[in-house]
Amino acid sequence: MGHSHGHKEILPDEHHITPFSVYMKVALALFALTFLTIAAHSVRQYLGPVAPLVAFAIAGVKAFLVMAWFMHLKYESMENRIVFALGFIFLVVLFGISITDILSRQLISGVL
Amino acid sequence: MSTSKMINGVPVQEHFKNAHHQFDTAKMGIWLFMATEILMFGGLFVGYAIFHMMYPEMFAEGARFLDWKLGFVNTLVLIFSSLTMALGIHFIQMNQIKKAVWALAITIVCGAIFMVIKYFEYTHKFHMGIFPGNLLDIAKLNEHLTAQGLDTVKSTNLGMYFGFYFCMSGLHGIHVIIGMGLITWCLIRAVRGDFNPNYYTAVEGVGIFWHIVDLVWIFLFPLLYLVG
Repeated sequence: MGHSHGHKEILPDEHHITPFSVYMKVALALFALTFLTIAAHSVRQYLGPVAPLVAFAIAGVKAFLVMAWFMHLKYESMENRIVFALGFIFLVVLFGISITDILSRQLISGVL
Repeated sequence: MSTSKMINGVPVQEHFKNAHHQFDTAKMGIWLFMATEILMFGGLFVGYAIFHMMYPEMFAEGARFLDWKLGFVNTLVLIFSSLTMALGIHFIQMNQIKKAVWALAITIVCGAIFMVIKYFEYTHKFHMGIFPGNLLDIAKLNEHLTAQGLDTVKSTNLGMYFGFYFCMSGLHGIHVIIGMGLITWCLIRAVRGDFNPNYYTAVEGVGIFWHIVDLVWIFLFPLLYLVG
């Protein structure tokens, strides 16, 4: 019944179409960052304790590129972004509570 | 499906206001599923972080047995497959169905290459006596290492590292196989002519699933192969 006034069902801007060239640039960046991960790994003895941080920082940038462009989160509605973000938020809660539990028991009684 | 009617190339089911409403509902379902995926893999990552903190030497010793070159090749393969998956959707949006079918086919082949490399990694470890948890045969592994003139294993709980390794990469591998099946389903539907620029919900959803498989691997690769 709602269609009886005859407005167009599919608005031209409903599905955002990412240009081919953008996908190529994102993929190139992802490949470059993967090589950068290996480059950082090969000099890990000079990086010392920051080596893991460098590796995960690069992984974080790659994850952002995949989520924003490949998974189209850049053009996704705010509701869906929040739904997906909730997964990460509760993961932080899980990590926070678990790590505090383990560390506090180790600090207080020295036993896990 | 009998209760849907075609509107502008989209089979809109009766309980939806319009195609837009139907697409948004499907998308929210996919994103909810993705949140659960993050939590499922996330639990394993949290466990890894905690036990790594407790036994850093043992984890470093375990990571020694992984060949980063194989993980590196698999990373490139998965990134490429994510690109072709995204292009598959792009080509359907542009109404170039033939190109979309090719892109999806290449994505499936990349998934297969990934699994073949994983197969060689796994069988090599089994051959050395490396299994998860208590199943790890430390005597057999040490025999292997001595024969090759390498240092024997010092950690008695090395099985824990490989428990994480096999659970995390195994769960990821199961996702790759399921993803390949889902992409095959999309490919068959694309060949059959189900999709058009106004209707490609299934490919979009499967695409998001495939990208999350890539996303998990982006973190698994440095975690298992490089940092250890």
